[in-house]
Amino acid sequence: MMKITEGSHAVAEIVAFCRPQVVSAYPITPQTHIVEALAEMVADCKLDAEYITVENELSALSACIGASAAGSRVYSATTSQGLALMYEACFNAAGMRLPIIMSIANRAMGAPLSIWNDQQDSISLRDSGWLQFYAEDNQEATDLHVIAYKVAEDHSVLLPAMVCFDGFILSHTYEPVDMLSQEDVDKYLPKFNPYEKLDAADPISFGMYATPDYYHEFRYEIDNAVKRAGGVIKKAGKEFGTMFGRDYSSMTEEYRMEDADTAIVAMGSVCGTIKDAIDEMRASGKKVGLVRIRVFRPFPSGDIAKALSKAKRVAVLDKNISLGAKGATAIEVKDAMYGKATPILNYIIGLGGRDVRKRDIAAIVALAEKGEGDMFYGLRKEVL
Amino acid sequence: MRELRIHGRGGQGSVTAAELIAVAAFEGGVYAQAFPAFGVERRGAPVQAFVRFDDKKIRKRSQVYEPDYIIVQDSTLIKDVNVFLGVKKGGIVIVNTEKAPDYKVPDGVKLITIDATNIALKTLGVPITNTTLMGAFAAASGEIKFAALENALKRRFKGEMGTKNIAAAKQAFDVVKGAA
Amino acid sequence: MALAVGCRARPGKSRDNKTGSWRVFRPVFDNEKCSKCGLCQTVCPEGCIHETDEEFMEPDYTYCKGCGLCAEECPGGAIEMKQEEK
Repeated sequence: MMKITEGSHAVAEIVAFCRPQVVSAYPITPQTHIVEALAEMVADCKLDAEYITVENELSALSACIGASAAGSRVYSATTSQGLALMYEACFNAAGMRLPIIMSIANRAMGAPLSIWNDQQDSISLRDSGWLQFYAEDNQEATDLHVIAYKVAEDHSVLLPAMVCFDGFILSHTYEPVDMLSQEDVDKYLPKFNPYEKLDAADPISFGMYATPDYYHEFRYEIDNAVKRAGGVIKKAGKEFGTMFGRDYSSMTEEYRMEDADTAIVAMGSVCGTIKDAIDEMRASGKKVGLVRIRVFRPFPSGDIAKALSKAKRVAVLDKNISLGAKGATAIEVKDAMYGKATPILNYIIGLGGRDVRKRDIAAIVALAEKGEGDMFYGLRKEVL
Repeated sequence: MRELRIHGRGGQGSVTAAELIAVAAFEGGVYAQAFPAFGVERRGAPVQAFVRFDDKKIRKRSQVYEPDYIIVQDSTLIKDVNVFLGVKKGGIVIVNTEKAPDYKVPDGVKLITIDATNIALKTLGVPITNTTLMGAFAAASGEIKFAALENALKRRFKGEMGTKNIAAAKQAFDVVKGAA
Repeated sequence: MALAVGCRARPGKSRDNKTGSWRVFRPVFDNEKCSKCGLCQTVCPEGCIHETDEEFMEPDYTYCKGCGLCAEECPGGAIEMKQEEK
């Protein structure tokens, strides 16, 4: 049913429909509205879950790890410094192969302190073994949670997943969302069937230590599982499309790429603005297209290389920076395109909430046409 | 696509106004998007909120720079902030003031002034003008039907609060309609 | 053997690992000097010192690895580390 609601509330509602048995989170801007809403649902007996209040984010994810190991479907949400505080537990959750779902309302990392949006927080955890989805709008932000549970809990995957959506820009925006009903979600998402669980009658330990004889192979197995998730995501996304009419069978989305000379690669909400900018540029005769990355982990290298194969140049827009190198997406796109002569130019945009407008996209395309790239776009020279 | 920018001060309910206008527009079959200019929310600090209206899905995520409509919740802001910046020709500016304007809106832009503070004080007992100005916006812009606004207010403010806020909005709606 | 998913393991591994084979020095308990304080039992890292029916202390040599902590901590000097006869 179409309804107009705030992004955070839409996410909270769909998460409740996924029937988590344990929720543990610590409020932090701009994620707070999600867990506030879930806490209220639990308090009002509208959601039959244990809501574990904790003193910080490390405890929140640790509680989720315990609950997931005990065989519960669990949920958490955080952002920025909160996610950073979870760092070690993130690796544990993946290593123990626990299908925890966590929303990330993407926000910049301090210092300097910023409550505004970029994607540095979750990008910095790209090596942790979590699957990473990035939503363009609140429709995707809600749908992807349901798909994430299905994929993460698949016994050929068994990995935690982050559903990332831009803080404020999506989390605090009211817009129409076609909400699935409880019946819809129940039809699509089976009950959690843990692979193994903690049981006092049949004791077991998770994430035991591995000596150098074994650790190497354990990491190989986790990497295989992350890669295997790609196929499971495509299958689950297709099934979602068959049931509800919104297709998620691809880890990327191509927009007007058919004859594009300049291909933009980007992630998240900025892609909406990019699509509008592309329509305007197309109307004035510029052949520009977009390859939007919806799943960053596993990284869809093959799909991206295929989508970019005919482009004359590629402009990769990153709302993050691997300091001392490039934006994370650009590094990965270059890897995907290794051996091809196509110039790949990187533009760091929109850090810490800097607004990105249609005219910025047009300016970036003009820079790419001149071969100028690998830069922080739109620096205010007067303050440097 | 039409765009609205609301200028106010922290605590005056600009964000709520944007949300409820979007809700009312959606009820009227319009695709609407509402969001705040994500600042540091302190009471009294200048704040902005935005609404977009379109017949098709809105994909654009940047802030509003060239609005069709502007609501100024507090005329003292005009000294501090360039509230008329970027307003489109043929656009409408609604300013809450009791005084005759000592400023000029850009050429080709319609200025509507309304003493929303007085209406709010008399109807609600508090100088919170957002709901009053929503009524003025409905009348001036035609983007939202009053009945839809009434429903949105009823859902957000329960009981007597709802009734009072609807009365304030209605009074402003009638004042602006009568002046037109 | 395939790796367990998530490095999961059932308990009992320490029981399987008979650390007594590591022992080079063997603690020998002199009950004449023993005050039955139980400190040796507390400090034993293998947890292999048990109380006998007469409340004296006795190591389980299947697991005692001969670390000598008990001898070091015994307040009465009742435990002596003697080289294993090979």
